[in-house]
Amino acid sequence: MSATPSPPTNADTPTAEQRDAATTIYERSVEGRRAATLPPLDVPERDLADLIPPKLLRSDPADLPEVSEPEIVRHYNRLSRRNFDLDTGPYPLGSCTMKHNPRLNERVAGLAGHARLHPAQVPKRAQGALELMWNLERALAEITGLPHVSLQPSAGSHGELAGLLLTRAYHEDRGEERHRVLTPDTSHGTNPATVTMAGYEVVKVETDGRGGVDLDDLGAKLSDDVASLMLTNPNTLGVFDENIAEIASLVHEAGGTLYYDGANLNAIMGFTRPGDMGFDICHLNLHKSFSQPHGGGGPGAGPIAVSDRIAPYLPVPRIVRGEGSNGARPGFDLSSDEPKSIGRLRGFQGNFGVFVRSYAYLRSLGADGLRDASETAVLNANYLLARLRAGRAGTYLPLAFDRLPMHEFVLSGAPAKRELQAKTLDVAKRLLDYGFHPPTIYFPLLVDEALMFEPTETETRESLDELADAIDSILAEAEQDPGILHDAPYTTPVRRLDEAAASRKPVVREPASE
Amino acid sequence: MLEAIGVASVDELFEAIPPDLRLEAPIRLEDGLSETECFDHLSALAGRNSHADAETCFLGAGMYDHYVPALVDAITQRSEFLTPYTPYQPEVSQGGLQVMFEFQTAISELTALPVANASLYEGPSSVASAAYLALGAGKGRRKLVVSRGLHPHSRATLHTYARGFGADVVEVGLADGATDATALSAEVDAETAAVFVQNPNFLGAVEDLEGLAGVADGGGALAVAAVDPISLSVLRAPGDAGIDVALGEGQPLGNRLDYGGPSFGFFAATEEHLRRMPGRIAGETTDADGRRGFVLALQTREQHIRRERATHNICTSQALNALAGVIYLSWLGKRGFVEMGELLARRTAYAQEKLASVPGVELLHGAPVFREFAVKLDAPVQDVLDRVSEDGIAAGYALGRDYPEFEQGLLVALTERRSRDDVDRLADSLARAIEATRGALVSPSETRTPEAEVSA
Repeated sequence: MSATPSPPTNADTPTAEQRDAATTIYERSVEGRRAATLPPLDVPERDLADLIPPKLLRSDPADLPEVSEPEIVRHYNRLSRRNFDLDTGPYPLGSCTMKHNPRLNERVAGLAGHARLHPAQVPKRAQGALELMWNLERALAEITGLPHVSLQPSAGSHGELAGLLLTRAYHEDRGEERHRVLTPDTSHGTNPATVTMAGYEVVKVETDGRGGVDLDDLGAKLSDDVASLMLTNPNTLGVFDENIAEIASLVHEAGGTLYYDGANLNAIMGFTRPGDMGFDICHLNLHKSFSQPHGGGGPGAGPIAVSDRIAPYLPVPRIVRGEGSNGARPGFDLSSDEPKSIGRLRGFQGNFGVFVRSYAYLRSLGADGLRDASETAVLNANYLLARLRAGRAGTYLPLAFDRLPMHEFVLSGAPAKRELQAKTLDVAKRLLDYGFHPPTIYFPLLVDEALMFEPTETETRESLDELADAIDSILAEAEQDPGILHDAPYTTPVRRLDEAAASRKPVVREPASE
Repeated sequence: MLEAIGVASVDELFEAIPPDLRLEAPIRLEDGLSETECFDHLSALAGRNSHADAETCFLGAGMYDHYVPALVDAITQRSEFLTPYTPYQPEVSQGGLQVMFEFQTAISELTALPVANASLYEGPSSVASAAYLALGAGKGRRKLVVSRGLHPHSRATLHTYARGFGADVVEVGLADGATDATALSAEVDAETAAVFVQNPNFLGAVEDLEGLAGVADGGGALAVAAVDPISLSVLRAPGDAGIDVALGEGQPLGNRLDYGGPSFGFFAATEEHLRRMPGRIAGETTDADGRRGFVLALQTREQHIRRERATHNICTSQALNALAGVIYLSWLGKRGFVEMGELLARRTAYAQEKLASVPGVELLHGAPVFREFAVKLDAPVQDVLDRVSEDGIAAGYALGRDYPEFEQGLLVALTERRSRDDVDRLADSLARAIEATRGALVSPSETRTPEAEVSA
């Protein structure tokens, strides 16, 4: 190992990008410059004050930049070079499923019939869009084993909120009032945040020695006041909870719903299904398992799939399919006539452009391709883990829970911190110099100095070898001189940033020009 | 690879899944397609939609057919913006973080409010997010007073979320197109956490934001305004009118129609609400060598740090859509933005007068309007829309479904893409359609009630 040549260990000679100080588009503004030319005025030039009372008009124009088109292009191209991205190199960010974004999906999302379709177009003139959404709903129902789907939620967090509002509606319809929602201590932060937003109290469930839900603790905390248990399976440790059937029956006996956080679905597609495990409600992150590009933090989409007993409460509008008569194609419509529905969660029909991309992905892969994706994702994670353990990581970054993981795994950097004075943050920052995006760090919270790797099916054996070699090389550097890691990164457009200062005295916009 | 792992087969890696939960047969999806087949399939579906290049589109209702400049596509399709995740490692995410910072500055300028976040999902859910902020700031106040001028989807979304928040939503009606200030005043009391208005409102009417903010303030409630960002070119800025939180649907700023999404929501507020804001916020800082840089600021508000005590559950923002927004605003620039607003105001005035001159068409209200206006048809609206669509025109949005009190209402929207000629064609087509519809109504065999159309 350690064949990787080490990147610079100092920043004595700043790179070209480091010498190029950050300049905002506002600072490039010069009075009188412009890019756009609008169509000419072809109606009478009325004084605005004759049309709208002057007290309702703006006195000072908004201070937007004054720049030419070439300057805009250069500015944003320059900024783009200050980003690391999935198309540049491995991005093993745990629980984020950074898989390849096929460009076909961009092309079909950009077709005029999709991109230029007005959301208020009447259903009979948007049949292709509704059929696509219907087909996607059916595919997601089949993948999750939960027969009813709403595509409406805009993200995983939005799907979670939908799930708890559905739970609330379900219980209220039965005349029950429940106040608590259980989440494991390994859960994504969105889970407890959603619980509070949905008006419930969070109760944390402990993790057992094997990395799964502690059944005794679950039993002790379940009661007729518990509305739901929110779970990820495999969980954020990458561990599949083999007690899931028992967990489901415990929750159901107590009258609660079982909620599946679909962030880790990429491990099990075609192998097992949340519905078969006993889950009632599940969200899916189309930007994770279904290849919607992450866009630097959105857009995404978080459709929900539910069991029969939850279906009456799904958000509106629902897509309904009518049989075509006399051999005609079936017709599709939007229906808001659902008396028990929780209502709307957002405007119009959801993030349709995301649906198009994920539908194209599903149609490209088919059932076999989807299963292959999960199989390769799990194989890749285990291979990367094996390569890491064979090197210095085996000593300094041990597996937090010693068992075969699925699509992701969590290492603990506690020994590295103790024996090498190299914290997880230091390892991550040094990895930037090696040309890799670091894993998710300091999550899940119950693992000390956590590093969570999810390589996805996208990586090749070669790129996994390179990543393992880089980690080993970094730990070798730390053995020699941990100071190398403390001062990293050296080669990025800026070096380690003072995040605390940005929160202590926040500067969240360019100063006003006056 | 299996040898390195120390297993004999891939199946061993899946052994944690209990056998009775493992799928015996493949899931039932259609077989995978080659790239050309997949393209053809999606292309055929797209071909069955009547889109804004194929017809002249006067549809609005919150999303508008503005031209998206080519440079927006060119920049947003760059891998470096398209494929990274949220900027958790700021040293290699300076591009995205600086874009957020520039975006926040632009939104702050537009709204005349000092702090803005890096975007939320979209418009209506941003309204609900403002309610969550107001309930948190309102120390036990549980009532939300909402103008019926607020987008029907925003009101519906607020009702949905309010069930979780444990808050009551009370709606206040309109008087001649604008929010009924007297009725609003009567509803705002010591229990009221926030008052919600929209500008221009759903009927296109320009509201007196300052007056409505005064009503909220008088009751100790927050004043929240949902605003069309394009309107901020010429209409009074919320921050100058005493509004505490301004938010809105960002689609008009350089985002495609996309049948309703993805787009972005924007969210700005007075300084005192900074630490209660939902979503990501980029902040300026320095690196170890003193260089200027950007990071995610105030993360202790957020779910991944604060968990059940977070100010919101949102994780994903709409970074790529917000990038399109800030490029678009730079493309229009300070002067172009104002020119856009003036063009729309004048086109709207022309269209309003033109349509009002058509027999069987009258204005639905007398309030001043910007970019969108409502008319009342003396004929069944859906019948008229169907006939006009045969001329290749989407005439507008039928109001009856959302406003039973405006069963004959039609909402017509303008953008810089709808020329005077387009408006004239719409007027002619409407005139013919109304005449034909009235003629058809005389014949009992063809009589269709508006109710039957709405439910069809």
